[in-house]
Amino acid sequence: MAEPHRAAAARRRRRALARRGLGDFWASATTRQALDALQFTLIVSLVVAAIIAAFGTLVAWVLVRDSFRGKGFVNALIDLPFALPTIVAGLTLLALYGPSSPIGVNVAFTKVAVAMALLFVTLPFVIRSVQPVLIELDREMEEAAASLGASAFTTFRRIIFPNLVPAILSGAALAFSRALGEFGSIILLSGNIPFDTQVSSVYAFKQIESDNIDGAAAVSVVLLVVALAVLLGIRGLERWRA
Amino acid sequence: MARLTLRVVALGYLGALLVVPVAVVFYRTFENGLGAVWDSVTTPAAISAFWLTLEVALIAVPLNAIFGVLAALALVRGRFPGKRLFDALIDLPFAVSPIVVGLALLLVWGVDGWFGGLGVQVIFSVPGIVLATIFVSLPFVAREVAPVLREIGDEQEQAAATLGANGWQTFRRVTLPAIRWGLVYGVVLATARAIGEFGAVSVVSGKIAGETETLTLLVEKRFQNFDLAGAYAASALLAAIALVTLAAMTILNRRREEST
Repeated sequence: MAEPHRAAAARRRRRALARRGLGDFWASATTRQALDALQFTLIVSLVVAAIIAAFGTLVAWVLVRDSFRGKGFVNALIDLPFALPTIVAGLTLLALYGPSSPIGVNVAFTKVAVAMALLFVTLPFVIRSVQPVLIELDREMEEAAASLGASAFTTFRRIIFPNLVPAILSGAALAFSRALGEFGSIILLSGNIPFDTQVSSVYAFKQIESDNIDGAAAVSVVLLVVALAVLLGIRGLERWRA
Repeated sequence: MARLTLRVVALGYLGALLVVPVAVVFYRTFENGLGAVWDSVTTPAAISAFWLTLEVALIAVPLNAIFGVLAALALVRGRFPGKRLFDALIDLPFAVSPIVVGLALLLVWGVDGWFGGLGVQVIFSVPGIVLATIFVSLPFVAREVAPVLREIGDEQEQAAATLGANGWQTFRRVTLPAIRWGLVYGVVLATARAIGEFGAVSVVSGKIAGETETLTLLVEKRFQNFDLAGAYAASALLAAIALVTLAAMTILNRRREEST
């Protein structure tokens, strides 16, 4: 008996929602807390993408050019962040770098913790995009450079690095877009402190929990647009590469 | 010397970020003995979470496997308007925040949503969890199968067709055997993602213990309730599943390299 009544009420609410339009959207997306969370999310994702680019290239280099015992095992291990649930990743980092840390390092509920969580979940991206390029790379140019007296560093900077740039960039861009939306690994580590460690996805989640769907939707749309832009950018990059 | 330094830095980075934290979780899990671990993964809530997680994966992964193969065939063999857009759209779940996925489902199926008046309970029940899981694990099979299809070309399929095989026979006897390792690899990745999904599921599940609580949600709840040992035990179970997945990926990669 209450069903038609409820449906009518829901219809009214939907119409009311539709009427509010862009002005309200803008207001929800630009509350001080939402803006601050967005700013932190963008900055921390950029920093993480930069670190991932540097260390990812380094690890890919070691995995391709170096040889040591257990290399196959290390290579398999790189994909662990893809296989491990994000909430477990967060708990894992908290176990080592949290309040009950066995090594006495406690970064829980700080910005560093958020960055570490993002570094963990995006770890494979640059490694897995640089590795195949490095394997395919022609060694002759390097040998030529070396025979002309170039140091190892010069050879890397002038010969190898330019060949790797597209792969590094597309890996880092993927890591960036993944970091922007990451939620599971951060929720336990960040403490979700507004104006400090609060990231956009956690902010949106809290808005949903407190029934402020508009606020959540506004932040979500911003995240979605940035992610799409990055995705299209990567497509363009791949076309440039090909 | 330089080589050694690079190796040490690279391995140190992986160790500090990956290996040591995971090892610590296993250590913390088992430091109170096997009995305690067994007790906390066999509570009624944990058992129900385990079966729910399995059930959701068993629905989502086969559906995505079928969709993935069809999508890959359409992308590689098909010719239709909007193909580029379709190609880009398949990757969307990789780029979208899980919270956005959950919110989208809420806006479509929630009380105030488009289909909210239909009287079907999706949000805060199992169908919502299944939908969220399907969304996040959607691209894996398509993305693993498409390059294999491109690699093998369609000569053998054409040969089968000239010998009088119909479309289904060609697919079953020629295409499917050729893509099988790619397909299995995609299925492994999708399964891992389906079992591990947290954000999207946590928006739509309602987290009712014994009903809509998956393993990952159980980890979070136990942690928030200061049941650290319980959270570690459930995490160790998930981490063990992840390690099995990793082993499967490594073996499958070797198989794939041998078969090409």
